Formats: sequence, C-alpha cells, structure tokens
Amino acid sequence: MTRRLQVSYVVVILLLLAAPIVVVAGVSLNGQQSLLFPPQDLSLKWYVELFRNSDWLIPLRNSLVIAAASSLLAVAVALPLALHAWSRANWLSRALYVLGVAPFLLPPVISALGFLVFWISIGMYGQMTATIISHGVFLVTLPVVTISLGLASVDSSLIEAARTMGARRGQVLRTVILPLLTPYMISGYAFAFVLSLNEYIIAYMVAGFTVETLPIKIFNSLRYGYTPIMGVVSVIFVGLAALTFGLIGRFGNLPRLLGAERVGND
Amino acid sequence: MTELSLRSITKRFGRMTAVEDVTLDIPDGTFVCLLGPSGCGKTTLLRLLAGLEVPSQGQVIVAGEDQTNVPSEEREFGMVFQSLALFPHLSVAENIAYPLTIRGRPKADVRARVEELLDLVQLSGLGDRRVHQLSGGQRQRVAIARGLTIDPKVFLLDEPLSALDANLREHMQVELRQLQQRLGVTTIVVTHDQKEALTMADMVIVMNEGRVQQIGSPMEIYRDPANAFVAGFIGTSNLLPCTLNDDRSIEVFGHRFEADAEDRIKGDPGSGLMLSVRPEDVRTEAQGTGPTAKVIFIRDLGESIQFVLDRDGHEITALYAPSARPDIRLDDEVGVSFAPGKRVVFPA
Amino acid sequence: MSGLRQKPTPGWLPFLPAAWLVVFFLVPFAIMLTVSVAHRVQGGFYEPGFEFDSYMRFFSVFFGRILLTSVLISVGAAVICVLLAFPFTLGLARMNKRGQTLVLVILLSVLSLSEVIIGFSLSTLLSKTAGIGNLFAALGVTEESRAYTPSLFALMAGMCYLALPYSVLVLYPPVSRLDPELGEAARMMGASPFQAFRTITVPMLRKPMMGALILVFVFTLGIYLLPQVLGQPQHWTLSVHITDQAIFQSNLPFAAAMAVFLLLVSLAMVGLSLLLGRDKGGGA
Repeated sequence: MTRRLQVSYVVVILLLLAAPIVVVAGVSLNGQQSLLFPPQDLSLKWYVELFRNSDWLIPLRNSLVIAAASSLLAVAVALPLALHAWSRANWLSRALYVLGVAPFLLPPVISALGFLVFWISIGMYGQMTATIISHGVFLVTLPVVTISLGLASVDSSLIEAARTMGARRGQVLRTVILPLLTPYMISGYAFAFVLSLNEYIIAYMVAGFTVETLPIKIFNSLRYGYTPIMGVVSVIFVGLAALTFGLIGRFGNLPRLLGAERVGND
Repeated sequence: MTELSLRSITKRFGRMTAVEDVTLDIPDGTFVCLLGPSGCGKTTLLRLLAGLEVPSQGQVIVAGEDQTNVPSEEREFGMVFQSLALFPHLSVAENIAYPLTIRGRPKADVRARVEELLDLVQLSGLGDRRVHQLSGGQRQRVAIARGLTIDPKVFLLDEPLSALDANLREHMQVELRQLQQRLGVTTIVVTHDQKEALTMADMVIVMNEGRVQQIGSPMEIYRDPANAFVAGFIGTSNLLPCTLNDDRSIEVFGHRFEADAEDRIKGDPGSGLMLSVRPEDVRTEAQGTGPTAKVIFIRDLGESIQFVLDRDGHEITALYAPSARPDIRLDDEVGVSFAPGKRVVFPA
Repeated sequence: MSGLRQKPTPGWLPFLPAAWLVVFFLVPFAIMLTVSVAHRVQGGFYEPGFEFDSYMRFFSVFFGRILLTSVLISVGAAVICVLLAFPFTLGLARMNKRGQTLVLVILLSVLSLSEVIIGFSLSTLLSKTAGIGNLFAALGVTEESRAYTPSLFALMAGMCYLALPYSVLVLYPPVSRLDPELGEAARMMGASPFQAFRTITVPMLRKPMMGALILVFVFTLGIYLLPQVLGQPQHWTLSVHITDQAIFQSNLPFAAAMAVFLLLVSLAMVGLSLLLGRDKGGGA
C-alpha cells in the first residue's frame, strides 16, 4: 500500500529524469541535419559522422586523453592523502583531508577562475597539460572519498595479524592494505574519469579556445548551429556513465560506497 | 482473554520460503519461546504475528477473530525489537508515553501511566533522561515498559536480551518472567538461546528451516524430542544408529537392549533408525555388558565428570556426578548401556 | 590506530599530496585573491595593485539584482529538490540491494552528465520541433506546438533536473541509516503510517534535511550554464556573470572579486551544514 506508493513515486521521478535523454537519443537518429522528435528518416549516420568528422574527432580525442590522465593524477594524489588521514588522527591530517575534499564541494566556477588566473600567471594558459592538472586537482575528491571508505572497512586486526607474521610496514601496505584498496581505487578512478569527460567550465576557462573538449564543442554548437551529432555525443556519454557506474554496482557495493550502512552483501 | 492461533501460515520472500505451513495454538497468558537456529524463520513468524508481515497463505487468529490483514497499529500488541528501536529524539518518558500520545490520551493520564510503568521496570526518576544516557540494561527496561504501555493483548519480544552480557541477561530473564507472571499477558519471545527458552517458557516452539519441529513444555522438549533435529539442538544428545525389533527391543552396535515401557519409540520397526540418549543417561562399566567403546577423553567439569567414548567413529558422551564416578581411565575399553525408559528412537 | 606501536604509514607520505594541493589548489586561490584587488586594464588583463574598486561594484544596483536573482533561483530550486528528493530517498532506502544499486546507477549517470548536455537535452525537450510542445499539440492540449524555452520555467526545470540526483545522494546516507525498526515500533504502538512519518521519520531527519537543503543551495549557486541556455538574460546568476566577466568582458578583477564573494558564501554555508550534520541525535 504505502510501499507501493513509494515505489511508484520513485519510478515516476526516474521516468522524468529519463525523458530528456530519450528525446535526445531520438534526435540523434534523424536522417537530416535537423533536431526533430520523433525523428524523421531513421538513420545511424550521425554516429558514423562523429568518428569521421575531424571537427568532432579532435574534441573526442582531447576529452579522452584529459579524462584518462587527470583521473590517474587524481588517484595518485588521493591514495597517499587518504592513507595518511586514515593512519593519523591529528589536526594536520584532518586539514589535509579537508583540502582533499574541498575542490569538489565548492562551486566549480570558483575553482575554474582560480585555475584561469593561475595558469595565466605561470604562462601555461591554453595548454592541455593545464587542463589535465586542473581536472586532476578538481576531481581528487572522488578517489579521496572512495579510498577513505575502503580504508574505514579495513579491519585493524588484519594489519596486526600481518605484523605478527613478520611483515614490515612497507610489506603490510603492499601485501595487505593496497590489495584491499584496489576496488576502491578503481571506482575512484572511474568516478573521476566520467566526471572529467563531462566537465565544462574548468576546461573552458583554462584552455577553452585552444584545447576543445566534447562539452565545449557541444556548447559551441548550441550557439552556432545545432546538429544531431550533439545528440550522438549525449547518448554516448549517458551510455558510458551508465556502463561505468553499472560495473561499479555489479562488482562493488554501490550503496555502501555512497554512504549507506544498512545494506548488507546479500 | 487473548488466545492466539496460526492456521497453515506460509510466508515466502521471492523464491525463499521463510515460514512453511505453520499451525499452532497459544492459550491465553502463556509464556512462549520461539526457539531455533538463526535463519529458521522464528523472527519472520513473530513479525507475522505482529502484522509487520502479511502471510503468503494462512490465517492469524487473535481471540477468535481473523486478524490476518489487520495492520499492526490496530492489533494493540506490544513489541520489543531486537535493536530495541527506542526513539533517540525522545526522552525515556516520551518513549514510554508514545502509544498513548499517538492515541491522543489526556496528558495527566499519560503522565500517571508513565510513572506507573517506570516504577514497574524500576526506572523511577529517569523519565527525563535521553535514551543514549542509559546503560544497556536500562534501555532494555525502557523498551519493555514501552511495549506494555497500552496493556497489550499480546507481548512480542524479538531476541530482547541478545545484546546484554551473560550476567545481566540471566538477571533480565528472571525479571521478565516475573513481570509476565504478575501481568498475565500472553508473551512470545524469539530466542536462539536454548537455555533462555528452557528457563523462561511455559511452552517452547522449536523451529528449523521454516517449519515447526516440536511444540511442548521445556521438559517435554528436553526429555522427549520429536526428531533428530530437536534432540541435537536442545542440550547435548548422543545420536547413534540403531535397529528397532518387532518386540520394541533396540539393537545398537550389534547389542540388543530389552524394551522398556517408558522408552519413546517414534519409528516403525526396522534398521536405519536413530537412538537418542542424554549424556546423563549413559552408563559405562569397566567389565559391563553391552557394546564396548574406548575412552578417548575425560574432563572434570566440577559439578559433573564427562567421559567421551568412541565406538566405530561414533562419539558417545557420558556424564556422571563426582560422587558416582566410575573407575575407568583413558584408553580403557568399557561396556556401554543406556538407562531404560530414557531412550528415544526416531527415524533418521 | 593508537594501539599500534608504529603507525601503518610512513611520516613522509603526505608531503607529496600536500605540496601538490597547496601549489595547484591553494596558490590559485591566493592568486585569485590578489587579482580581485588588482587594477583592471581596459582591453587587457590586469596589472598588480591593491584597490577595492572591484569590491565596490558590489554596492551597485547591477550587482544587487544579480545577487537577488541568484539567491532566489537557487533557494527555489533547492527547496523544490529537497522536497521532491525526501520521499524519493525514503522509497529508495526501503528497496533491496539490487533495486538500490539500479536506482543509484541511474542517478549517478544523470548527475555526472555535463551541464552542457543537460542544457541541450532540456532545450530539445522543451523546443518547438521535438518534445513536449509536439506532444501537447498532438494531444490537442494546445493548438499548435510552441517552444517553452528560454523561460524561467525552463531554467527551474533544468536546475531541478541537475540538483535532484545530488539532493538524493546527499540525503541518502542519513535516510538509509534510519533504523527501519523505529518505524515498525511506532506502528506496533498504534501509529498510522502517516503518524509514524510525522512523529518519527521527520523529526529524526530534520537536521540532515536542513543540511541537505544548504548543500543543494550551494550546489545550485554553482550552476553556471543552464541560465545561459534555458533562461533569459535577466535570469543570469552570479556564476554566469563570473564566467561572462572573466571571458567576454575581460574584467578579471571583477570576476575574481565575485568569485571570492561566492567562495565565502559557499564556505560559510558548507560549514553551517557540517555543524548541523554533527549532532546525530546521540545515535542510540
């Protein structure tokens, strides 16, 4: 009764969330260069076009390179940070943790402007490296959070057990802690990757006119001429995000990763 | 007068059957323990009684009325949850008063009733405390008081003492039992602790794999287990393969024991049956009659002495009072016999 | 970890990440701070200086209107989102693990979508040629299809679309921590479902809800693109103007001053929500 009401409410909201995506997916199937829904002359030609038209191919490549590299950076910085914050309970390690969590919690416009003036000051404005580092810093929060969650679930008796069996500190880290953390590092990387692909404002402010990413390209097309390729990119992005999070949900405990404590492993 | 009946109750969750075809009657004023290993369906059965779950099949009958589809808030039962489920944003008194405030009773009545209940569970003066300021045993009492606020028709408790340490648990068992006797309310407690069940209950319901295995008084359950599961689950039992002859004599390890009128025979004559005997009913003698077994372990438990014997890979445990200690040693080959009238035979 | 004689990680471990974040996160903010007091050079970037001209512009009608617009739009979106998200999250938390995972995958997929894509999708959905305009015309609700964007309605729809998944994820941990036995206990004591909701669920979650409201407000304050795509120029928020001043008006000092202002507001709000989140009611 009330339960059914709740579930139907959830479903209705999800359908509302899906509506724009369905329309965009439909639009991407138009045969002509028009944004009609329902689509006319069904065709997949714009999907082919994305990978053939260098106008779109270059941003696609840029986006993938930036996402792959910046997420790697984010995980590389997040891992020692989370380890330190976990192993020590003083104000300095807490401050470091806050520093790791802050970039993603603040409105991105602020960070974007900060990065803009920073890269101008050191003369790297407009370079892809600048975008990669900026994304790496902006997204560091995600692996920090996932890895910290992973560490919180490490039973301290495991470490003590390894010690009694003769493992030194480095060996404990390498043979016990890091293997246990691997799934959390992977999900942190995946979260950061998907969000980097979709990020617009920082990429735009740091190198928007020289290093075009897919979101920048779409935004420019919004201003200077619609094409169904925009729908294609949107569909691919939705699909990629769903695939990534689906995999995390399939092989990890997504509810637990997002802060639920009552969901078991059954 | 609240007698309680279940008629062919079955509860399925998806493909899993938690409770299967349970029929039972609980007379008014009885203290019942639902006993079984974890996952046996006892908590589900309690939640079905509470109206927190709706059975897939069958009926719940309360005081002669079919209440299968009556929602829990209309059943006027009291319940103590395993987590206690005390409301952290309310004070102790407000927790106990909750059933009355929700029914819009006048404030003065509510206050009087809360005082009465605080008194009943020996928490007078703690009404203004927050729940998190109380000790484990005190929280337990608040939960119990809260379950009794409306003079419930039936009082349900789901593993109410499992979070307490051993001493406190025993103390609360006695208190709970005394409280129930004073109030005379039909009470059903879920527990996995057989000692708890045997010491508190008028009536024990043993469950396993969603089915009721046996219903009876603690003594019946202990002395006359209905099947191998109950015999193995309640106390310690020696379970040995045996053959039952047509004259009701029992053959164990090739030795024939004469029938006794008091023996409980629950199977048809034949081989492949199971003999169950309590350790205190096993007799061992150095040059005794009966099948022989080897002494592999002796343990002094203080109030009794335990001998563990081995015969063809079957372990047999015997228990003696220190004063009656037989003169046998480790590695002795001894004769084993089973006290006549204390033997239970059932299909394996 | 105090029980261990030796800490499980070496002491030098944090230096690299700390240095990295200081250089690439704190230093940019420091530079932004200096830019906000720098002197603007017409047509170029800026030159070093120490003046409060940019901050003085806060006391103009222009800025006042921006601020009011931003706050009204963000508060509106935050309130709508939290009100919609609360029952949603309650429903979500009652599902089994598979159901929860599925819903969370959908929410995360939507949440991670670029504002650009969401802006594009919604402008398509609300356009004349595709989406609900067509639908209404086909159903005979309206005589002929019309566009519903740009408009305040379109903008609010977009804001809520973006912020709803976020709101659910902010509410999800406290809601899922709520012991379901508490609600059942209330029912056993005679409370109807609605009474149990009113006397147990809502009071226990009041603080997390306030905290969520603030976080969602900060989140919507940061939305920088939808007002340009779905709204009209009078709906431009502070975030839009920061971008506009920085890139198109080339007035970095003013953009920086507005960013500093936004930063302070956001920090204060996040701090407030942390304070609210700290008391978990004793956690019985």
